[in-house]
Amino acid sequence: MTEIGFFQLLLYLLIILALVKPLGWYMAQVYQGAPCGVNQLFNPIERFIYWLCGIRADQEMSWKSYLVAALVFNLLGLLAVYAIQRLQFFLPFNPQQFSAVPHDLAFNTAVSFVTNTNWQAYAGENTLSYFTQMLALTVQNFLSAATGMSLLMALIRGITRHEAKHLGNFWVDTTRGTLYILLPLSLIFAILLTSQGVIQNIKPYQSVTLLQPVIAQQQPTITEQIIPMGPVASQIAIKQLGTNGGGFFNANSAHPFENPNPITNFLEMLALLLIPAALCYTFGLMVNDKRQGWAIFLAMFIMLVPLMSMTIIAEQVGNPAFTALHVDQTAQHNDYPGGNMEGKETRFGIVNSAIWASATTATSNGSVNAMHDSFTPIGGLMPLWLMHLGEVVFGGVGSGLYGMLMIVIITVFVAGLMVGRTPEYLGKKIEPYEMKMASIAVLVMPLFVLIFTGIATVTNMGTSALGNPGAHGFTEILYAFTSMTNNNGSAFAGLNANTPFYNILGGFAMLVGRYWIAIPTLALAGSLVQKKVIASSLGTLPTHTPLFIVLIIGVTVIIGALSFFPALALGPIVEHLMLWNQYGH
Amino acid sequence: MVTNTQSKSLWNLSILKYAIRDAFLKLAPWHQIRNPVMFTVYVGSILTTVLFVQAQFGKGEAPASFILAITLWLWATLLFANFAEAMAEGRGKAQAQALRKSRRDIQAKRLTKPDRNAKKNIVPSASLRFNDVVLVEAGDFIPSDGEVIEGIASVNESAITGESAPVIRESGGDRSAVTGGTQVLSDWLIVRITVNPGETFLDRMINLVEGAKRQKTPNELALTILLAALTIVFLIVCATLLPFSIYSAAATGMGKAVTITVLVALFVCLAPTTIGGLLSAIGIAGMDRMIQANVIALSGRAVEAAGDIDTLLLDKTGTITLGNRQATEFIPADGINIQRLADAAQLASLADETPEGRSIVVLAKEKYGLRGRDLAELGATFIPFTAQTRMSGVNLPDRQIRKGAVQAIESHIKSLSAELPVSVQKSVAQIAHRGGTPLVVIENANVLGVIHLKDIVKGGIHERFTALRQMGIRTIMVTGDNPLTAAAIAAEAGVDDFLANATPEDKLKLIRRLQAEGHLVAMTGDGTNDAPALAQADVAVAMNTGTQAAKEAGNLVDLDSNPTKLIEVVEIGKQLLMTRGALTTFSFANDIAKYFAILPAAFAATYPALNALNIMHLATPQSAILSAVIFNAVIIIFLVPLALRGVTYRRVSAAKLLRNNVVIYGLGGLLVPFLGIKIIDLILVGLHLA
Repeated sequence: MTEIGFFQLLLYLLIILALVKPLGWYMAQVYQGAPCGVNQLFNPIERFIYWLCGIRADQEMSWKSYLVAALVFNLLGLLAVYAIQRLQFFLPFNPQQFSAVPHDLAFNTAVSFVTNTNWQAYAGENTLSYFTQMLALTVQNFLSAATGMSLLMALIRGITRHEAKHLGNFWVDTTRGTLYILLPLSLIFAILLTSQGVIQNIKPYQSVTLLQPVIAQQQPTITEQIIPMGPVASQIAIKQLGTNGGGFFNANSAHPFENPNPITNFLEMLALLLIPAALCYTFGLMVNDKRQGWAIFLAMFIMLVPLMSMTIIAEQVGNPAFTALHVDQTAQHNDYPGGNMEGKETRFGIVNSAIWASATTATSNGSVNAMHDSFTPIGGLMPLWLMHLGEVVFGGVGSGLYGMLMIVIITVFVAGLMVGRTPEYLGKKIEPYEMKMASIAVLVMPLFVLIFTGIATVTNMGTSALGNPGAHGFTEILYAFTSMTNNNGSAFAGLNANTPFYNILGGFAMLVGRYWIAIPTLALAGSLVQKKVIASSLGTLPTHTPLFIVLIIGVTVIIGALSFFPALALGPIVEHLMLWNQYGH
Repeated sequence: MVTNTQSKSLWNLSILKYAIRDAFLKLAPWHQIRNPVMFTVYVGSILTTVLFVQAQFGKGEAPASFILAITLWLWATLLFANFAEAMAEGRGKAQAQALRKSRRDIQAKRLTKPDRNAKKNIVPSASLRFNDVVLVEAGDFIPSDGEVIEGIASVNESAITGESAPVIRESGGDRSAVTGGTQVLSDWLIVRITVNPGETFLDRMINLVEGAKRQKTPNELALTILLAALTIVFLIVCATLLPFSIYSAAATGMGKAVTITVLVALFVCLAPTTIGGLLSAIGIAGMDRMIQANVIALSGRAVEAAGDIDTLLLDKTGTITLGNRQATEFIPADGINIQRLADAAQLASLADETPEGRSIVVLAKEKYGLRGRDLAELGATFIPFTAQTRMSGVNLPDRQIRKGAVQAIESHIKSLSAELPVSVQKSVAQIAHRGGTPLVVIENANVLGVIHLKDIVKGGIHERFTALRQMGIRTIMVTGDNPLTAAAIAAEAGVDDFLANATPEDKLKLIRRLQAEGHLVAMTGDGTNDAPALAQADVAVAMNTGTQAAKEAGNLVDLDSNPTKLIEVVEIGKQLLMTRGALTTFSFANDIAKYFAILPAAFAATYPALNALNIMHLATPQSAILSAVIFNAVIIIFLVPLALRGVTYRRVSAAKLLRNNVVIYGLGGLLVPFLGIKIIDLILVGLHLA
């Protein structure tokens, strides 16, 4: 790592650390209904929404009602997004006259945005109208994120309440999360972005004359270029903050209108981690023991930093094949970045591309500012493995923390036994029912990633979409299903994913990855909320100590490694070994 | 792994013989299906067996000898797991056999009504029903469980408790329960039968130790779910390796798709077979350790719950203090010389063999220089304590010396038309107030004074409570004493809290309050009035000498009737859970090394570059895979002693325990297989087997 690279990483991590506490505190106030300025200001709007929708804010829900509310809400969202895509030709704000999105792609995209995945098998600028971008996709960016946070709140209430039945009101949680957290943050962020040149308009695409015409053999000379326009800033703000990641343009945050300069890049990288990291502190506050929140935060943080550093190092070291061609990849005087610049924007360079790649896969964001396909095998392995850990290293807004809490429950179970007590977490006994739910939540992801990858590797439908043969092609397929099942949405590229096979199988993977984890999580919350709190003593397993943090990391890493080591060995690992065997000397 | 002394008790030859036989019998599918992890190994073994047969006909996917070696070791894995379970059961079975011997056919004397002189019918014990009344006389065996309604007798209960000293059973009070199969040594009893045939304590004990009705406990079930879930993950990991390798082989044009045999081998190595294979053995061994401690767990759940206890309610008498009080002071009545009191007290106690009596003689000697005298020389006759008089003493030619409780002496001297002097009444009140027991000494009708008997806190109990505190367990002393006395003894013994003037209702209330605060409470009890509190407590140890009601309310029965046993019970519970946790951790930590052994071997032909992962430098792909499978099987046998004995438990805080166990079983589990697989590989190469 170069010096400047090291300091950029340090600055990035320090600013995240500094923001965790204030934002975490604020979110805890919002969800506990405590007055804290913003929610007092917007309170009339909140009450107006309840009045309009006939929501009885004081009526709390059991876990089943909470779940049904969330599922119905998401199903309606899915149908709306599908319908708008199919009908966009007849709807306003369609200056480019885009016709209806094909049904398999519309299904995939609808599922993708409702599940907070934002996998994009389409290119935004030549598929979707402004109306679709704004009212279908951007709206779901808010609502899917708010849904994730609501589910987390239900789980936290399941832990803190005792001998009770209710987990809160889904409509209230979702309204508050959107109104008081996501909207204000996005507003501030969007304004910051536009100040730096991110566009925000509904103009038709602009045509400009090229200064130097492009002359190609046996093809007409190109003299002008069409430049897509659109309401970009408003979508980018929430796409980064809500761990959505669906870019307005196909190039995502590598596009200059989405991410024009290093300042916007830095801000967008901060937004990637902001809410998931702060939610750890919110959790600590809400369970009345801040140490518990910090323990989980640290476990995530300690996993993130080395993997992020490894990505930077691998990219900085570069590709030995280039070295063999006498390309100098060593950094010099900090103005020549060196390293593997293939697939990276020169205005971001090695460090900012590598930090982004690992942050976007650690959280389930999935926006990209460089092409992961072009990373070195190890540089690509890190983002892939961050997803394989189950999107629990910060993970999606809400979903990352509740996913992590499932792992914590499994950790508590094994570690609890080792101290000679039947296991408990924060005073709640972990019994067969909890184990069943936590097991399902942890089991689903590796199961479907591996099965779908297995299907794709041996069918023509799967392999014909590949851009590269061999181990790298295998990684492309593995990455695609890992990204979709984990609701990440980032693409490794190199795979033509817009085929009925990938659209439909992928849509299914996204649904399974979101709800087969959310449902057991809520069921578990419903079971925990009924239990009484066991008093803690010296004989109780402490869940905030450095040793326990190490154990959480151990369990996360071992489950991730045991599930995916063979697949990774046949993908990036063997690719790395062969690359260095061939060119390394 | 086993020290010599322990190995003797663990590897008993006859149990070993049965265990080896049972290991094969347990290969039956209906037995295997009860354990999901091992059932997958079972299916895998059958699969490779079929592949071997296929290879014999020349159509094998791999060399027949290789498939055979893998197959044999897979079957061995199953046999080893079965063997572990059979070993655990073996000890219970041996005990059950001994118990069955005592359930011989007894001829019972059934009475038509509860009167010793009523008409007797001789009937076999098996025909006795609830509410029948029987007479048992000296030399007779008690035909079934029941309650003494008349009489007092000494009973030999060694058949149940293993303790040869006879115990007293009498009607009324807390020593009225009798157990079928025990023998009356002297006197007679009239017993009302309280159970129907087949439901006796002996029957239940036989069932329990045999494990015939063993059900999975909640924690065992939760662990099984976790293991099953991870087994499913590994199943899919291995199954999807087939398409992955087909793709890889096609893409590189090198090697062939990985064989089913290798995938099954990899799966069995990854699946948590170590903990899966030993899980039921650990549970049975936990029950068995209770039995070794002479505690019968009426359910496995109770053993587990014992590990969770964070509050112990302990009766003062017999648990915290020596049941016997000791003389500490002589307080003469007004106008009586203290030497005279000491002299009389000594004379009255010389022949008294009770601990209290001996302590009086010791006190007289130490404080007043009175030596022991020969009663016969003095022409004295000893008058022993009887339940009727509640006094003991000595008759000298002209002196009748008695000592006894205040009420007993009072009524005795009333008959001699004398009264307790005021000074004595005062001393009595004072001693009682300080928590001691006053014994009044009289000579003829003259009241000489009072002996102060004091509660003595047991040696070492203070340290034990300190250790319990470090384990996070709070101790609460329960006593009928007044708060002042209770506080004094509580401070001396080092308990955390006490409940004075306790009635059974208070006890019940205390337990309810503690439970509402989220505590898990354990207690011991023997009386019928303890039954409600026993039923309420999370772990309730009933004394075997206790009443039937107490025994039914408890979930553990202590055959030694030793109230301090509760502490051991808690430790056994903790040990059981720790053993499960430790072996689960060990099992998963093992998998990392197995990947490094098997993956490079499985894909050596397709991707030679993967050989870089062969960090153990195993000789050939086949020896690597075989070594991993052999390690996976053999480790079960190596861990059988640990599963049966339980991991060592130290009385330290949870945080420390966790650190120790993570280092030993987590880190150890990570490193041991690297070493083990390498050694096995070297042996295989050395023997030219691979």
